[in-house]
Amino acid sequence: MRHTLSIIVADQPGELSRIVGLFSARGFNIETISVGETLDPRWSRVTIVTRGDDRTIEQIVKQCERLARVREVHDVTTRPHIEREMALITVEASAGAARQEVLSLVNVFRAKVVDISHSQLIVEASGNKEKVDTFIELLRPIGITDITRTGHIAINRLATVEERNGDEYLLRQGRES
Amino acid sequence: MSAQPIIADVVTNQPAIAPVAQGPTGAEILIDALTYEGVDTIFGYPGGAVLHIYDELWRARDRITHYLVRHEQGAVHMAEGYARASGRVGVVLVTSGPGATNAVTGIANAYMDSTPIVVITGQVPKHLIGTDAFQEVDTVGITRPCVKHNYLVREASDIAGVVREAFHLARSGRPGPVVIDIPKDVTAARTSYSRLDHVGFPFSTGAPPIDRTSVQQALDAVVSAKRPVLYVGGGIANSGADESLRSFAETFRLPVAPTLMGLGGFPSAHPLSLGMLGMHGTYAANMAVAQSDLLIAVGVRFDDRVTGKLATFAPHARVIHIDIDPANIGKNVAPSLSIAADARQALSELLVLGREQDEQKLHQSINARELWWEQIRAWQQSQPLRFTGSPNQIKPQTVIAELQRLTNGEAIITTDVGQHQMWVAQFYPFKRPRQLITSGGLGTMGFGLPAAVGAQLASPNQPVFAVVGDGGFQMTNQELATAVQYDLPVKILIMNNGYLGMVRQWQEMFYDRAYSEVDISVAPDFVKLAEAFGALGLRAERPNELHDVLAAAVAHRGVVVVDVHVSKEENVFPIVPAGANSSDMILQSDGV
Repeated sequence: MRHTLSIIVADQPGELSRIVGLFSARGFNIETISVGETLDPRWSRVTIVTRGDDRTIEQIVKQCERLARVREVHDVTTRPHIEREMALITVEASAGAARQEVLSLVNVFRAKVVDISHSQLIVEASGNKEKVDTFIELLRPIGITDITRTGHIAINRLATVEERNGDEYLLRQGRES
Repeated sequence: MSAQPIIADVVTNQPAIAPVAQGPTGAEILIDALTYEGVDTIFGYPGGAVLHIYDELWRARDRITHYLVRHEQGAVHMAEGYARASGRVGVVLVTSGPGATNAVTGIANAYMDSTPIVVITGQVPKHLIGTDAFQEVDTVGITRPCVKHNYLVREASDIAGVVREAFHLARSGRPGPVVIDIPKDVTAARTSYSRLDHVGFPFSTGAPPIDRTSVQQALDAVVSAKRPVLYVGGGIANSGADESLRSFAETFRLPVAPTLMGLGGFPSAHPLSLGMLGMHGTYAANMAVAQSDLLIAVGVRFDDRVTGKLATFAPHARVIHIDIDPANIGKNVAPSLSIAADARQALSELLVLGREQDEQKLHQSINARELWWEQIRAWQQSQPLRFTGSPNQIKPQTVIAELQRLTNGEAIITTDVGQHQMWVAQFYPFKRPRQLITSGGLGTMGFGLPAAVGAQLASPNQPVFAVVGDGGFQMTNQELATAVQYDLPVKILIMNNGYLGMVRQWQEMFYDRAYSEVDISVAPDFVKLAEAFGALGLRAERPNELHDVLAAAVAHRGVVVVDVHVSKEENVFPIVPAGANSSDMILQSDGV
């Protein structure tokens, strides 16, 4: 099963490679990885999409928690959550039917044209993995020449009061520590 | 699920202190910080990148004794031997590049065997990092997978904090190695510094409280078990749990099966001891585990050398797993109950609750296990550890038995890895924790001799024997010079069979006796080699020489190398073939 792990790690040189190295050394798989600042710039959030049964995921979480500069690890997938990824796609489409087809897909998927030339377009799409995958599949027959994807970021939904309190607690931790 | 927030704050919160013209150098701060940690012993080898540090060490030589090794691997193994014998953190100082790479085997060894050491490595000056400079290597990158944590120190003002945290990490939780890589210019830089800077870090030292419900459930399981076994490992010595373990086992009359790393954590000669379990464990220990209905695993990690084929390991048992490292729990075997805690703390809480038990219930529980003990005694009697003696050849097992008699079972024993190691584990009954210092997880040839030197330093009044093979001895024998130089009277007992014995045994048993590249009979004359180093060399070739030669070694005040020519093709039995059921032991050779 696919899991999205959110790892809060000190923003220091070498810490990302510690996490990535742990995955390769222990034979865990990384489908996508993305890294960015948290509310507190001293801490980074590493979002890793991985696959495994419950025991494997538990091992991954525990092994990441052993790292001295990792503050917390949680499996976003265990609770309702929102996932997003962005793709920049270069499509071969000169003026005419092909370009019209691209533009209508862009419209349907609420994507954006971010660059254009006589023969090509670059479109920006974001959404969950399935949406981006579908968009790419529909563009493929028209002629994709390049794709760059960000990998997932994810965040838990604002659900019950208790859970929201939990989130605020984490934010407070991030700010104070 | 939060990890260690307090620790993670330490370096991120460090204010940047501007370099100042006056004030101590990075090297001075380093020595001061080490002194603050109580370090009085360092094993090391100098080089270009650590010259400033060695200059400070020279000035601090009345406070810190540096032991000059002959190879950096030796330095780390000595620090491990020192740490394992004393329970203190071992400290190593080596230079950049080859100094660091030579240390890696020892660092990996310490990681696998949870040994607390701090290794300080020099690095090229900051402006040269990344330029393929002379003696430059990415030490932090190379050691990353085999340390608890490592540092590249960029500012002299960070040194005190880093050292403080490094020692804390090395000895806390599941102990292990920490590497501090310091560029040469950082050791020379001056900065403002006061000793107060490094004392106030808010490390959490107390262990988190143990969930009483889990302890009660574990106790209930113990009381109701008909066929329980205690499976105990290196965590017993590391947490100082030997007395709690003993009381717990005695209170409930539980059979105890230690791992290799657990030997000495429970007295081998104790009537409740089954002897070591696993690949070369006793028949009784492996059968008991195979038929147990409750396995209480304490300070262990279900290593493949213990479990054999995982799917059939302890197939009838409920498993209770107690370990300080939460990642060990559920890694190889999913327990039905787990307590992530210090072994001593968990065992003593079990004991406290256990003593509150109704006396009658306790007796009933013990009486209900009469049949189990009868079965165990029957296994012990039918298949004890045994070997075939010989009038013409010295049997390696007799060497260990003789050593035990001559040392009254009190010696500290270090080993390499292989057949000799297993014979030590089987035939030297260890009495106390920290008495056997062996390379368990990594299985490092050449560990024994330098580890003995470190152990001797930590325990000056104990006899220390390195029992090694002729193969492993040749990997680190240069450290004889270190032992002689510092008058550390270790005794090295070479079980010389002219073979890489364990590999030969596997080739004999599993590869149709194709002895591929295991003949090392072309070797130096070990007696002359010992003499060349300024040590005493002795040799025993016939069974009737063994006693006198070993007795002479024991009696000699200085470093001794004993070259014992043992029967060449002796095998270690029992053996569970790799990946087989642990109850499917081969008990002896076909032809014998």
